Amino acid sequence: MSQETLSDFPLELEGADAPMVRFRQVTKRYGNLTVLDSLDLDVAEGEMVTIIGPSGSGKTTVLRMLMTLETINEGVIYVDGKPLTHMPRNGGLVPADNRYLRKMRANIGMCFQHFNLFPHMTAIENCMEGPVHVLGLPKREARERSEELLEMVGMADKRDQHPSRLSGGQQQRVAIARALAMRPKVMLFDEVTSALDPEVIGEVTNVIRKLVGEHNLTMLMVTHQMGFAKDISDRVCFFFGGRIEEQGKPADLFGNPQRERTQQFLSAVKEAS
Amino acid sequence: MSYFEFLAEYGPRFVDGAAVTALQTVLAAVLAIAIAVAMGLMRLSRNVPVRWFATVYVEIFRGTSLLVQLYWIFFVLPLFGITMEKFTAGFVAVGMNLGAYGAELVRGAILSVPKGQWEAALALNMSPAKRMVRVIFPQAFLAMLPPWGNLLIELLKGTALVSLISVADLMFEAKQINSTTFLSAQAFGTALVIYYVMSRFLITPFMRWLERVMARKMGRA
Repeated sequence: MSQETLSDFPLELEGADAPMVRFRQVTKRYGNLTVLDSLDLDVAEGEMVTIIGPSGSGKTTVLRMLMTLETINEGVIYVDGKPLTHMPRNGGLVPADNRYLRKMRANIGMCFQHFNLFPHMTAIENCMEGPVHVLGLPKREARERSEELLEMVGMADKRDQHPSRLSGGQQQRVAIARALAMRPKVMLFDEVTSALDPEVIGEVTNVIRKLVGEHNLTMLMVTHQMGFAKDISDRVCFFFGGRIEEQGKPADLFGNPQRERTQQFLSAVKEAS
Repeated sequence: MSYFEFLAEYGPRFVDGAAVTALQTVLAAVLAIAIAVAMGLMRLSRNVPVRWFATVYVEIFRGTSLLVQLYWIFFVLPLFGITMEKFTAGFVAVGMNLGAYGAELVRGAILSVPKGQWEAALALNMSPAKRMVRVIFPQAFLAMLPPWGNLLIELLKGTALVSLISVADLMFEAKQINSTTFLSAQAFGTALVIYYVMSRFLITPFMRWLERVMARKMGRA
């Protein structure tokens, strides 16, 4: 992260049309490798945006930066109007301290490819962990909230099981409930079906479908399930070489891709499936 | 003198000695565990002086002889105004030495917890301390139990050295009995068996039991 003060970026996004998430000229490098190249991306409140693209195109990095699991080399990310990893200081933006980061992180929830449930806790304990030990809710309230969410993802009957007793699809559903228990404004789904057996992918995609239908959550999803992306996204972004090569409504992007690389990628994916 | 007569005569002294050895072992183990956790965590700290302090500690106590450390603590530290009872000096030396080995076990076990666990804890917005206490350490604890079983047996046997500063432990009693009776086989043979029984029938089953309990808590049993 660059240490100097950034002065070309607004300290805050205001107005009714301000997006929930905004990437402004965000660049990420690992050594000489540029993973994201001056990315601009807006996601409106309540919007479901799906990111597709070949591996190495930087799509997972977008989510990991939003979760503050990766630092930024250049540019600014805004979440809910405020810079995510920078804070205002002396009229400009400087890298945020830990306190500021923790405040901003509360806006965001994430589900991972490999679920990452805590193995020493039961399903419901996994869900209650954040509400009790981070938000400071009373145990009873956290339990009620977690039970409701486990019910929603169809895992209420397995609430007292440890993750080792659950299938991949079941673990992923608990992981979704765990993330939602923190009441984030933005949910990130990072290839949440990629590690699953084909026959259980449906149980996870159905939960996400339900979320899209019933909640006004802002969501970003990286996936290889093109059919699923087409069904539920408001917008699909095709990433290539650290940039958005093409984006649009799913019907347009999948039905009538304009760019050659998009066409190649989509036909390669179609052949493989 | 038959071995039964020998035991009838000197058995109580072996029992006294074994009690002292057991107490030395327990106290040294508590100290070693505390040091191991502290130094293990400090070696993973982002703070460079903190990390260095722990590294130097581990290097010194792992890289030099336990007997020399014991003599330092008992004979040399008083010259700097730090005087300890021989009993205290004994378990402090053993605990500090084995704690340095333990620090490496703690560090290794913490690093063995998958990266995804750290990321999930961060995604739940846990503070660094909560992350360690609630998520990482419990998993690391299970992973480090088997090597700790080994280390505690090492520690038990290491306490025999405290006899050299005249702590009246099992080894000390055996030597005393040997020098008055010249029944070396009986004296040291009895000590050998008692050490073996303590490690094989006390420490090992205890560690197995702890592993089972912790595994059950992890939902693995």
